[in-house]
Amino acid sequence: MLILFLLLLGCALFTVLTPTLIMSALGLAATSVALSLIIFELKQPLAAVFELSVCAGLITAVFVSAISLTRRYSPAEERCVAAGRLSRFIWLPLLFLAAGGVYVYLGSEIGIPVARPLGDHMESMGVREVLWQARRLDLLGQLFLVLTGVFGVVVLFKGWHKR
Amino acid sequence: MTVIGEITHPEGVFALCIVLLWVSALYCIMLSRNLIRILIGVELISKALTLLLAAGGYLTAQTGFSQALIVTLIVVEVVLIAVAAGIVVGAYHRTGSLDVCELEKLKG
Repeated sequence: MLILFLLLLGCALFTVLTPTLIMSALGLAATSVALSLIIFELKQPLAAVFELSVCAGLITAVFVSAISLTRRYSPAEERCVAAGRLSRFIWLPLLFLAAGGVYVYLGSEIGIPVARPLGDHMESMGVREVLWQARRLDLLGQLFLVLTGVFGVVVLFKGWHKR
Repeated sequence: MTVIGEITHPEGVFALCIVLLWVSALYCIMLSRNLIRILIGVELISKALTLLLAAGGYLTAQTGFSQALIVTLIVVEVVLIAVAAGIVVGAYHRTGSLDVCELEKLKG
Protein backbone atom coordinates (compact mmCIF):
# COMPACT_ATOMS: atom_id res chain seq x y z
CA MET A 1 0.00 0.00 0.00
CA LEU A 2 2.83 2.41 0.87
CA ILE A 3 4.37 1.76 -2.56
CA LEU A 4 1.04 2.68 -4.18
CA PHE A 5 0.89 5.93 -2.19
CA LEU A 6 4.44 6.80 -3.27
CA LEU A 7 3.54 5.94 -6.87
CA LEU A 8 0.46 8.18 -6.65
CA LEU A 9 2.43 11.13 -5.27
CA GLY A 10 5.26 10.59 -7.77
CA CYS A 11 2.83 10.58 -10.69
CA ALA A 12 1.11 13.72 -9.34
CA LEU A 13 4.47 15.50 -9.05
CA PHE A 14 5.41 14.40 -12.58
CA THR A 15 2.04 15.69 -13.87
CA VAL A 16 2.62 19.13 -12.37
CA LEU A 17 6.33 19.48 -13.12
CA THR A 18 6.68 18.06 -16.65
CA PRO A 19 7.00 20.86 -19.24
CA THR A 20 5.06 19.23 -22.12
CA LEU A 21 1.26 19.21 -21.99
CA ILE A 22 0.84 15.76 -23.51
CA MET A 23 3.19 14.21 -20.93
CA SER A 24 1.25 16.02 -18.24
CA ALA A 25 -2.01 14.45 -19.51
CA LEU A 26 -0.35 11.01 -19.53
CA GLY A 27 0.99 11.64 -16.01
CA LEU A 28 -2.58 12.38 -14.94
CA ALA A 29 -3.67 9.05 -16.43
CA ALA A 30 -0.89 7.30 -14.48
CA THR A 31 -2.09 9.10 -11.31
CA SER A 32 -5.60 7.74 -11.99
CA VAL A 33 -4.23 4.21 -12.43
CA ALA A 34 -2.35 4.43 -9.10
CA LEU A 35 -5.46 5.84 -7.39
CA SER A 36 -7.67 3.09 -8.79
CA LEU A 37 -5.21 0.47 -7.43
CA ILE A 38 -5.41 2.14 -4.00
CA ILE A 39 -9.23 2.20 -4.14
CA PHE A 40 -9.21 -1.48 -5.11
CA GLU A 41 -6.98 -2.21 -2.10
CA LEU A 42 -9.55 -0.35 0.06
CA LYS A 43 -12.15 -2.97 -0.95
CA GLN A 44 -14.19 -0.71 -3.23
CA PRO A 45 -13.95 -2.47 -6.61
CA LEU A 46 -16.82 -0.68 -8.38
CA ALA A 47 -15.34 2.75 -7.66
CA ALA A 48 -11.90 1.45 -8.72
CA VAL A 49 -13.23 0.22 -12.07
CA PHE A 50 -15.01 3.56 -12.63
CA GLU A 51 -11.83 5.48 -11.79
CA LEU A 52 -9.73 3.31 -14.10
CA SER A 53 -12.06 3.32 -17.10
CA VAL A 54 -13.46 6.84 -16.92
CA CYS A 55 -10.65 8.92 -15.39
CA ALA A 56 -7.64 7.08 -16.81
CA GLY A 57 -9.34 6.44 -20.16
CA LEU A 58 -12.05 8.91 -21.09
CA ILE A 59 -10.65 12.04 -19.43
CA THR A 60 -7.18 11.39 -20.89
CA ALA A 61 -8.80 11.07 -24.33
CA VAL A 62 -10.58 14.42 -23.79
CA PHE A 63 -7.30 16.08 -22.73
CA VAL A 64 -5.36 14.63 -25.66
CA SER A 65 -8.12 15.75 -28.06
CA ALA A 66 -8.09 19.27 -26.61
CA ILE A 67 -4.28 19.43 -26.85
CA SER A 68 -4.33 18.13 -30.43
CA LEU A 69 -6.70 20.95 -31.43
CA THR A 70 -4.03 23.54 -30.57
CA ARG A 71 -0.80 24.31 -32.43
CA ARG A 72 2.84 23.83 -31.39
CA TYR A 73 4.92 26.59 -29.78
CA SER A 74 7.56 28.18 -31.96
CA PRO A 75 11.13 27.45 -30.68
CA ALA A 76 11.44 31.00 -29.29
CA GLU A 77 8.07 30.73 -27.48
CA GLU A 78 9.05 27.31 -26.15
CA ARG A 79 12.30 28.62 -24.66
CA CYS A 80 10.48 31.57 -23.07
CA VAL A 81 7.73 29.37 -21.58
CA ALA A 82 10.22 26.76 -20.31
CA ALA A 83 12.32 29.43 -18.55
CA GLY A 84 9.20 30.94 -16.94
CA ARG A 85 7.96 27.51 -15.81
CA LEU A 86 11.30 26.55 -14.26
CA SER A 87 11.40 29.70 -12.12
CA ARG A 88 7.78 29.19 -10.95
CA PHE A 89 7.71 25.43 -10.42
CA ILE A 90 11.15 24.83 -8.93
CA TRP A 91 9.67 25.45 -5.47
CA LEU A 92 7.04 22.69 -5.64
CA PRO A 93 9.23 19.79 -4.35
CA LEU A 94 10.33 22.04 -1.46
CA LEU A 95 6.71 22.98 -0.75
CA PHE A 96 5.83 19.28 -0.88
CA LEU A 97 8.45 18.49 1.78
CA ALA A 98 7.46 21.53 3.89
CA ALA A 99 3.73 20.60 3.78
CA GLY A 100 4.59 16.99 4.70
CA GLY A 101 6.80 18.17 7.58
CA VAL A 102 4.15 20.55 8.93
CA TYR A 103 1.52 17.82 8.64
CA VAL A 104 3.66 15.24 10.47
CA TYR A 105 4.50 17.77 13.21
CA LEU A 106 0.85 18.81 13.69
CA GLY A 107 -0.31 15.18 13.48
CA SER A 108 2.04 14.07 16.24
CA GLU A 109 1.38 17.15 18.41
CA ILE A 110 -2.37 17.64 18.01
CA GLY A 111 -3.66 14.41 16.47
CA ILE A 112 -5.67 13.78 13.31
CA PRO A 113 -9.47 13.97 13.60
CA VAL A 114 -11.16 10.90 12.15
CA ALA A 115 -14.86 10.66 11.22
CA ARG A 116 -17.07 8.10 12.93
CA PRO A 117 -19.54 5.82 11.11
CA LEU A 118 -22.91 7.48 10.32
CA GLY A 119 -25.06 4.57 11.44
CA ASP A 120 -25.40 0.81 11.32
CA HIS A 121 -28.09 0.83 8.60
CA MET A 122 -25.68 2.43 6.09
CA GLU A 123 -22.93 -0.02 7.01
CA SER A 124 -24.99 -3.01 5.94
CA MET A 125 -26.00 -1.50 2.56
CA GLY A 126 -24.12 -2.42 -0.58
CA VAL A 127 -23.34 0.05 -3.36
CA ARG A 128 -26.36 -1.04 -5.43
CA GLU A 129 -28.78 -0.48 -2.55
CA VAL A 130 -27.25 2.92 -1.79
CA LEU A 131 -27.41 4.03 -5.44
CA TRP A 132 -30.89 2.70 -6.24
CA GLN A 133 -32.62 3.27 -2.88
CA ALA A 134 -30.88 5.78 -0.60
CA ARG A 135 -29.40 8.10 -3.27
CA ARG A 136 -31.93 7.77 -6.09
CA LEU A 137 -32.07 11.52 -6.69
CA ASP A 138 -28.32 11.50 -7.39
CA LEU A 139 -28.96 9.28 -10.41
CA LEU A 140 -31.38 11.84 -11.87
CA GLY A 141 -28.78 14.55 -11.35
CA GLN A 142 -26.14 12.36 -13.01
CA LEU A 143 -28.42 11.90 -16.02
CA PHE A 144 -28.69 15.67 -16.50
CA LEU A 145 -24.94 16.02 -15.97
CA VAL A 146 -24.20 13.42 -18.65
CA LEU A 147 -26.41 15.35 -21.09
CA THR A 148 -24.43 18.49 -20.20
CA GLY A 149 -21.23 16.55 -20.88
CA VAL A 150 -22.52 15.55 -24.30
CA PHE A 151 -23.11 19.25 -24.99
CA GLY A 152 -19.50 19.95 -23.92
CA VAL A 153 -18.12 17.31 -26.30
CA VAL A 154 -20.24 18.73 -29.14
CA VAL A 155 -18.77 22.18 -28.46
CA LEU A 156 -15.27 20.64 -28.32
CA PHE A 157 -15.54 19.11 -31.79
CA LYS A 158 -17.70 21.84 -33.38
CA GLY A 159 -16.22 22.89 -36.69
CA TRP A 160 -13.57 20.14 -36.58
CA HIS A 161 -14.55 18.82 -40.04
CA LYS A 162 -14.21 22.33 -41.56
CA ARG A 163 -10.63 22.61 -40.28
CA MET B 1 -14.94 12.87 16.54
CA THR B 2 -12.20 10.60 17.80
CA VAL B 3 -8.59 11.63 17.57
CA ILE B 4 -5.68 9.52 16.37
CA GLY B 5 -2.40 10.82 17.75
CA GLU B 6 0.02 8.62 15.85
CA ILE B 7 1.05 9.68 12.36
CA THR B 8 2.01 6.08 11.52
CA HIS B 9 -1.65 4.93 11.68
CA PRO B 10 -3.37 4.22 8.33
CA GLU B 11 -5.54 7.32 8.86
CA GLY B 12 -2.40 9.43 9.07
CA VAL B 13 -0.94 8.00 5.85
CA PHE B 14 -4.23 8.55 4.00
CA ALA B 15 -4.52 12.10 5.25
CA LEU B 16 -0.86 12.91 4.46
CA CYS B 17 -1.28 11.63 0.90
CA ILE B 18 -4.50 13.64 0.46
CA VAL B 19 -2.86 16.82 1.78
CA LEU B 20 0.18 16.43 -0.52
CA LEU B 21 -2.02 15.74 -3.57
CA TRP B 22 -4.09 18.80 -2.72
CA VAL B 23 -0.98 20.98 -2.26
CA SER B 24 0.46 19.96 -5.65
CA ALA B 25 -2.91 20.55 -7.37
CA LEU B 26 -3.36 23.95 -5.79
CA TYR B 27 0.20 24.90 -6.72
CA CYS B 28 -0.49 23.83 -10.31
CA ILE B 29 -3.69 25.90 -10.49
CA MET B 30 -2.19 29.00 -8.90
CA LEU B 31 1.05 29.15 -10.88
CA SER B 32 -0.01 27.86 -14.31
CA ARG B 33 -0.97 30.29 -17.04
CA ASN B 34 -1.89 27.56 -19.52
CA LEU B 35 -5.64 26.84 -19.47
CA ILE B 36 -5.25 23.08 -20.10
CA ARG B 37 -2.72 22.82 -17.27
CA ILE B 38 -5.19 24.58 -14.94
CA LEU B 39 -7.77 21.93 -15.88
CA ILE B 40 -5.19 19.25 -15.05
CA GLY B 41 -4.79 20.90 -11.62
CA VAL B 42 -8.58 20.80 -11.10
CA GLU B 43 -8.49 17.12 -12.04
CA LEU B 44 -5.73 16.51 -9.47
CA ILE B 45 -7.88 18.16 -6.76
CA SER B 46 -10.70 15.76 -7.65
CA LYS B 47 -8.22 12.88 -7.26
CA ALA B 48 -7.50 14.07 -3.71
CA LEU B 49 -11.24 14.22 -3.04
CA THR B 50 -11.77 10.72 -4.47
CA LEU B 51 -9.05 9.38 -2.19
CA LEU B 52 -10.65 11.20 0.77
CA LEU B 53 -14.04 9.56 0.06
CA ALA B 54 -12.49 6.12 -0.45
CA ALA B 55 -10.45 6.39 2.75
CA GLY B 56 -13.50 7.65 4.68
CA GLY B 57 -15.60 4.73 3.45
CA TYR B 58 -12.87 2.23 4.31
CA LEU B 59 -12.22 3.62 7.80
CA THR B 60 -15.91 3.81 8.72
CA ALA B 61 -16.77 0.45 7.07
CA GLN B 62 -19.34 2.13 4.77
CA THR B 63 -17.85 1.16 1.44
CA GLY B 64 -21.25 1.02 -0.30
CA PHE B 65 -22.02 4.64 0.58
CA SER B 66 -18.53 5.86 -0.34
CA GLN B 67 -18.59 4.01 -3.68
CA ALA B 68 -21.92 5.63 -4.57
CA LEU B 69 -20.45 9.05 -3.77
CA ILE B 70 -17.26 8.30 -5.74
CA VAL B 71 -19.28 7.25 -8.81
CA THR B 72 -21.27 10.51 -8.56
CA LEU B 73 -18.03 12.49 -8.18
CA ILE B 74 -16.50 10.80 -11.24
CA VAL B 75 -19.57 11.64 -13.36
CA VAL B 76 -19.38 15.29 -12.22
CA GLU B 77 -15.64 15.30 -12.93
CA VAL B 78 -16.04 13.98 -16.48
CA VAL B 79 -18.76 16.48 -17.32
CA LEU B 80 -16.75 19.35 -15.84
CA ILE B 81 -13.68 18.41 -17.88
CA ALA B 82 -15.68 17.88 -21.11
CA VAL B 83 -17.44 21.26 -20.85
CA ALA B 84 -14.28 23.07 -19.70
CA ALA B 85 -12.22 21.53 -22.53
CA GLY B 86 -14.84 22.77 -25.01
CA ILE B 87 -14.63 26.27 -23.52
CA VAL B 88 -10.81 26.20 -23.56
CA VAL B 89 -10.67 25.14 -27.23
CA GLY B 90 -13.25 27.84 -28.07
CA ALA B 91 -11.14 30.44 -26.24
CA TYR B 92 -8.06 29.22 -28.11
CA HIS B 93 -9.75 29.71 -31.49
CA ARG B 94 -10.81 33.24 -30.51
CA THR B 95 -7.56 34.47 -28.95
CA GLY B 96 -5.02 32.15 -30.64
CA SER B 97 -3.45 31.39 -27.28
CA LEU B 98 -3.97 29.17 -24.25
CA ASP B 99 -2.53 31.85 -21.95
CA VAL B 100 -5.02 32.77 -19.22
CA CYS B 101 -3.78 36.40 -19.36
CA GLU B 102 -5.13 36.67 -22.92
CA LEU B 103 -8.67 36.20 -21.58
CA GLU B 104 -8.36 39.42 -19.57
CA LYS B 105 -8.23 41.36 -22.85
CA LEU B 106 -11.63 40.07 -23.99
CA LYS B 107 -14.59 42.47 -23.83
CA GLY B 108 -16.76 40.02 -21.96
